[in-house]
Amino acid sequence: MATKGLTDLPPAGRPYLVDPPVIAPGHTFASVTEKVMRTVLTPHTPIGWIFGILVTFGIVQILMVAAGYLFYQGVGIWGITIPSAWGFAIVNFVWWIGIGHAGTLISAILLLLKQSWRTSINRAAEAMTLFAVMCAGMFPILHTGRPWLAAYWLFPLPLTMGVWPQFRSPLIWDVFAVSTYFTVSLLFWFTGLIPDIATLRDNAKHRVTRIIYGVLCMGWRGSARHWSRYETAYLLLAGLSTPLVLSVHTVVSWDFAIAVLPGWHTTIFPPYFVAGAIYSGFAMVLTLLIPIRAAYGMKDFITTRHLQNMAKVMLATGLIVAYGYFFEAFMSWYSGDVFEMFQFKNRATGPLGAFYWMLITCNIVLPQSLWFRKVRSSPVLLWVVSIIVNVGMWLERFVIVVISLHRDFLPSSWGTYKATRWDYATFLGTLGFFTFAFLMFIRVLPMISIFELRALLPQSRLQPLLEENLQ
Amino acid sequence: MENHPELVQIKSSPTPHKTKLTLQQMRERLSAATGKTYWRSLEELIDEPGFEELLENEFPEGVAELNRAEDGLSRRNFLKLAGASMALAGLSACTRQPAEAIVPYIRQPEDLIPGIPKFFATTMPFPTGGIPLLVKSNEFRPTKVEGNPQHPASNGATDVFAQASVLDLYDPDRSTSSSYRGEQRNWGDFAEAIDLYKTKAAGSGGAGLRFLSETVISPTLASQIQTVLKKFPGAKWYQWDPVNRDAARAASQTLFGQYAEPIYKFEAANVVLSLDADFLNTSAFPGFIPYSRAFTSRRKLAEDVPMSRLYAVESFHTTAGALSDNRLPLRASDILTFAAALASALGVAGVSAPAQEWTQDQQKFLTGLAKDLKANAGTSIVLPGEQQPPELHVLAAQINQALGNIGKTIVYADPVELVPTDQLGGLKQLLADMNAGKVDLLVILEGNPAYNTPVDLGFELAMPKVKEIVHLCNYRNETTRMSQWHIHSAHYLEMWSDARAYDGTCSIVQPLIAPLYGGHSTHEVVALFTDTPELTPYDAVRAYWTQNGKAAGDFETNWRKWLHDGIIPNTASPVKSLTPRGGTPQIKTLDKNAMEVVFRPDPTIYDGRYNNNAWLQECPKPLIRLEWDNAAMMSIDTAAKHGWNQEDILRITVDGRTTEAPVLVVYGMPDNSITLHLGYGRSFSGRVGNGFGFNAYEIRGMNAPLIATAEKVENSGGTYKLAVVQNFNLIDPHGDPSLMNRSVQGAEAVRRDIIRVGSYDEYKKNPDFAHGDKFEEAPEENYSLYPGYDYTRGYQWGMAVDMNSCVGCNSCVIACQAENNSPVVGKEQVKIGRDMKWLRIDAYYTGDLLNPRAFMQPMMCQHCEDAPCEPVCPVGATVHSPEGLNVMVYNRCVGTRYCSNNCPYKVRRFNFMLFADYTTPSLKPLRNPDVTVRSRGVMEKCTYCLQRINAARIQAEVEETRLQQADPKAERKIRDGEVVTACQQACPTDAIVFGNINDPSSRVTKIKAQPRNYGVLTQVNTRPRTSYIANVVNPNMEIGDRTDMPGKTYIGAES
Repeated sequence: MATKGLTDLPPAGRPYLVDPPVIAPGHTFASVTEKVMRTVLTPHTPIGWIFGILVTFGIVQILMVAAGYLFYQGVGIWGITIPSAWGFAIVNFVWWIGIGHAGTLISAILLLLKQSWRTSINRAAEAMTLFAVMCAGMFPILHTGRPWLAAYWLFPLPLTMGVWPQFRSPLIWDVFAVSTYFTVSLLFWFTGLIPDIATLRDNAKHRVTRIIYGVLCMGWRGSARHWSRYETAYLLLAGLSTPLVLSVHTVVSWDFAIAVLPGWHTTIFPPYFVAGAIYSGFAMVLTLLIPIRAAYGMKDFITTRHLQNMAKVMLATGLIVAYGYFFEAFMSWYSGDVFEMFQFKNRATGPLGAFYWMLITCNIVLPQSLWFRKVRSSPVLLWVVSIIVNVGMWLERFVIVVISLHRDFLPSSWGTYKATRWDYATFLGTLGFFTFAFLMFIRVLPMISIFELRALLPQSRLQPLLEENLQ
Repeated sequence: MENHPELVQIKSSPTPHKTKLTLQQMRERLSAATGKTYWRSLEELIDEPGFEELLENEFPEGVAELNRAEDGLSRRNFLKLAGASMALAGLSACTRQPAEAIVPYIRQPEDLIPGIPKFFATTMPFPTGGIPLLVKSNEFRPTKVEGNPQHPASNGATDVFAQASVLDLYDPDRSTSSSYRGEQRNWGDFAEAIDLYKTKAAGSGGAGLRFLSETVISPTLASQIQTVLKKFPGAKWYQWDPVNRDAARAASQTLFGQYAEPIYKFEAANVVLSLDADFLNTSAFPGFIPYSRAFTSRRKLAEDVPMSRLYAVESFHTTAGALSDNRLPLRASDILTFAAALASALGVAGVSAPAQEWTQDQQKFLTGLAKDLKANAGTSIVLPGEQQPPELHVLAAQINQALGNIGKTIVYADPVELVPTDQLGGLKQLLADMNAGKVDLLVILEGNPAYNTPVDLGFELAMPKVKEIVHLCNYRNETTRMSQWHIHSAHYLEMWSDARAYDGTCSIVQPLIAPLYGGHSTHEVVALFTDTPELTPYDAVRAYWTQNGKAAGDFETNWRKWLHDGIIPNTASPVKSLTPRGGTPQIKTLDKNAMEVVFRPDPTIYDGRYNNNAWLQECPKPLIRLEWDNAAMMSIDTAAKHGWNQEDILRITVDGRTTEAPVLVVYGMPDNSITLHLGYGRSFSGRVGNGFGFNAYEIRGMNAPLIATAEKVENSGGTYKLAVVQNFNLIDPHGDPSLMNRSVQGAEAVRRDIIRVGSYDEYKKNPDFAHGDKFEEAPEENYSLYPGYDYTRGYQWGMAVDMNSCVGCNSCVIACQAENNSPVVGKEQVKIGRDMKWLRIDAYYTGDLLNPRAFMQPMMCQHCEDAPCEPVCPVGATVHSPEGLNVMVYNRCVGTRYCSNNCPYKVRRFNFMLFADYTTPSLKPLRNPDVTVRSRGVMEKCTYCLQRINAARIQAEVEETRLQQADPKAERKIRDGEVVTACQQACPTDAIVFGNINDPSSRVTKIKAQPRNYGVLTQVNTRPRTSYIANVVNPNMEIGDRTDMPGKTYIGAES
């Protein structure tokens, strides 16, 4: 509601009935810069951060041990078997990649759609994307039987004895999609960081810090020419990133849709996965930013407006996902295909059916609370819903991968899947790695885009100045 | 010469001291050296005069290799090739051919071309009759067992025990040395000791000498033992096998006053009644291999061959029961009563059935059965089960007599064992002597009596009462622990002997390799007690056949022919014309509510002798698909009535003795009957078998070795996980009685057109019953963006599996494992589902699980023309060959497992960890050198035995080249029958046929042209090259049909 201004007063007791501002009133250019910069350039590292780093570093060690034992012993330490030959590893891969999509959507698509509220969340969201893609990218290598060969045979390199990868396989498409996604996201994020790193360089006290930031910002002087080139580059990268939001997860969904397996072989997967990705991505952004805005006092910049908007996006994509679930079920019945019908019956009422119903609860039922403005505006409730959605999206991939696999065409090969402690350890390890990387990011780089934030201030609007000067 | 000093007299160069260098000398030289000096010695050896000559003599092929190499017989090449082998000082003479000439099977009949490795005919000794074999020898070591097509007891096929026997040869847990009271001794020491004994015993005529052997089917051995008994009139010889023919032998004494063995002619039988006879499973039933072929020849529905009908009345769900057209589950104790009722219904004189309340179904069965048998008098067979007491054998013979089957479908011949006896009776005598202290030397020739004799005889307790015990055995097992002398024995592939097959036909057992550890055979041990203790088994066998071989002509020529062919012709037992005597045997009945315990030989480890054979431990038991353990098997209702769940450990008490076993529900078993497989629960078996399963011998007493009554069966409170490979998914009816006791898997298999079955009547009316609107088939046109591949040129390989012929015996499963070096993964991995066998026999239960119809379907890679596994491999490790094979490239596989996910048949197996045993040295010679041993992280699956296809191709091309020297246009294509896959070759019933589907005259094309031919899951449009021939069943509709598949494909029940 752009028409509702800053001067409207909410009714007593119900502060959420009026649209909150995108940026809290009363800030100046200096105060904005100071606030965000101080989180990086402070000599006093918050004790909470140190604690967080220690804990997450410990969890990263768990990942190291799990991966090390995996390379030593083989992929059999996990619970995978025939017929469920893909388990947690692929579930985690898809979950992490999905999470990454929110960052790119916020940065790129919302930029092109000229949504100003993206400004204070896009930096952190992009960082989240990068770390999520890093976590995701570990799994395709880890889960292969011979990772030391998979590491380079999956790429079209000129050193594979003259044998190219087999391009008809969706796993190779994944390789291209994920590596493209990572590369473009990294460039986009880095390009956006340059002016802010320059700010840090200019304000850093220690020589070493100045040199490091100086090198990183690549000689930014803030001249008009720099800004002009910067805007062009940024827009181009946004244009490149935009299709990736849709294409990357589409390609990942083809890992399943291309297969003949009932439960996988369905044309609804590309849009359904993309919607699900955005759904879980926004949920993860909320999971991260709600505590951080409280801990670092960024409520003025990441306002309730941001929370509300993100909740709305979540609700919308959640409904698309619900539509997907409904049609999967409907088509299983409507097709009349004996394999499809059994597959759905097994999903809902088979031995692993509990997971399906947990999924419906977490992804469809509980997030309907987002229809209520009260929930959308409450950080605590929204945080709880975001966790639920994240769990639900993990369960969705679990249901798709494991439940479709364990009972497929030939009844004699029906089996089950039971995750081992190494499955859990590896997953936990990636969660730890993600959080560790994110904490490191907060400490050394500005978590909010300073210069874009300045552009949100009323002082930055050109029109009043012109009017003033023309008088 | 003196005047011309410039002409130097050329003195002859000093003759190098020509000592002929022997292998022994070389070894001695080398054994003293170590490390660098060792290699230096080798180098010096190369320079030694006479070395090259020695090399040519010892390794003629090796020298040819060396000379062909780039730098010929250089230091480098020699060190590379021979250095390591000389270091194996422990193996004595491992590459030398034994001085006794064995005859290779080089000249083979016209339509049989085995391949480049040499094949030797031999026989595997087995208590129910020797199994004639052709054993493949790669570089002078046996690697694979096949059947001998020339011998009627094999017809080219084998059973599961024969296929796995080659692993026993290379078992790392084999005993490698002889010992006395734990200290190592050699053969000379033993011979001396026996010589001493002989002198001492001469006075008393060997009064304290006893021999305990397994069932002797070797004419030479029997004759040697008889020689010893003549020399020592006080000595006695007993035979004991825990799974023996005592019941049949006792019955034949009752019937004929002499020992006689029935030989069945299944091909002539229109109706077969199996009374608890597990005759389609393993050689535990004498004659299984030829019988299964004869029986299924009446089920293949060839032109003008009417289909037979099989009735099964049984206390367990055997494979015969699965194939049977009409089946009645009945407790083993009640089968005797049933037989009596049947006998009186058929008018057998003097038989009165005890009063028994039959249920309506049972009465209907009896009536229908009797009517059918009467209508087929003279063309029927009533088969008594080996687990049944003598009374049933008597009744069965009397019924056969009444039906006029004797002389037509059943003939009598001599038993296979040379000296048939009452083995249990003999054992009792032996124990009496042992306990009385009368035995001063007990020679146990193979076997494990301390483990498998009836528990109340107390063999193990009596052993210390014997002064000296000699145990000749392949392992240091339970009996060895209690014996003073242990002589390590030779495996049958390492020894000379002879053997009689089930019908008496004799064949020689010739060794394929000299004893790996210098083991000794029974012949050698027995010979020590004769006047010619140094008589080698080779000479003994030759001497026997010189004397007793009734062939005309020169012995040497005959001998070579017998070794070459693997059969001594005209040695089958002559048919005895015998008439069974009448008279009612005593029929005991068992209270309806009492729990019986039936002891059966295990379908994979037999009586426990194969307990340490990893292939057999991991071989799934037919229909129940249990691996690595045995269990207390019972019906659904028995378990439910007592509130027992699957895997609950029960404590079973028989006659005051207890054993434990976990519950396993087996569909189709009668109530109040527990079946226990023998052979498990051992602690001195070896690394593979120790600790698995539960010892049924602990409750097997001498009064009830076949069927016992349990005094008490209670839940001990513990549970034990069982590795069952296929979960049959009982439906929980939730109030729908029509779904009660159904298997989800079976119902789905039918709904998905994986199992197609019709009745015989329907088939006669509509041979195309397996196709039509009721079934979903592949689309006619292959809709694809890609142009199709032209499969009309060259060889196109295909396979057909006849579901009506498959008896579920597992020979193909183990044959494939042996041929393709498939690893064993162990119980824990099997439980998770990581079994690595490329071929499995799926079981589907349809109908009511209280008496279901089970279908057995061999499933291996279908080599789909439109394989779903191929497009999804990211590295292109699975590709399609121009001959229609889906080819797996192990080297390229990185293990993403997408191919397995996309395979609808789930026939791909993945090496989740390093399952192949790369380290145990004794297992290395076992492996087939033509097949890669796969490492960790690599996917594998059936390859249609590509190594055999290539071998045949090479052979054909070589011959073509030779032919083209004379005629440039000459062609030599691979002929039909030249390529035989391992599974096809092992199958006793010829259920699997492989060949070129592009050749209209090949067998496989003709079989696939049958209307019953269908593909599994063709609606997924995979276009598989393996097809199946639909089942046809022939139930007696007066009794009814248990093939109940509501709403789907079964046609004929209504008509």
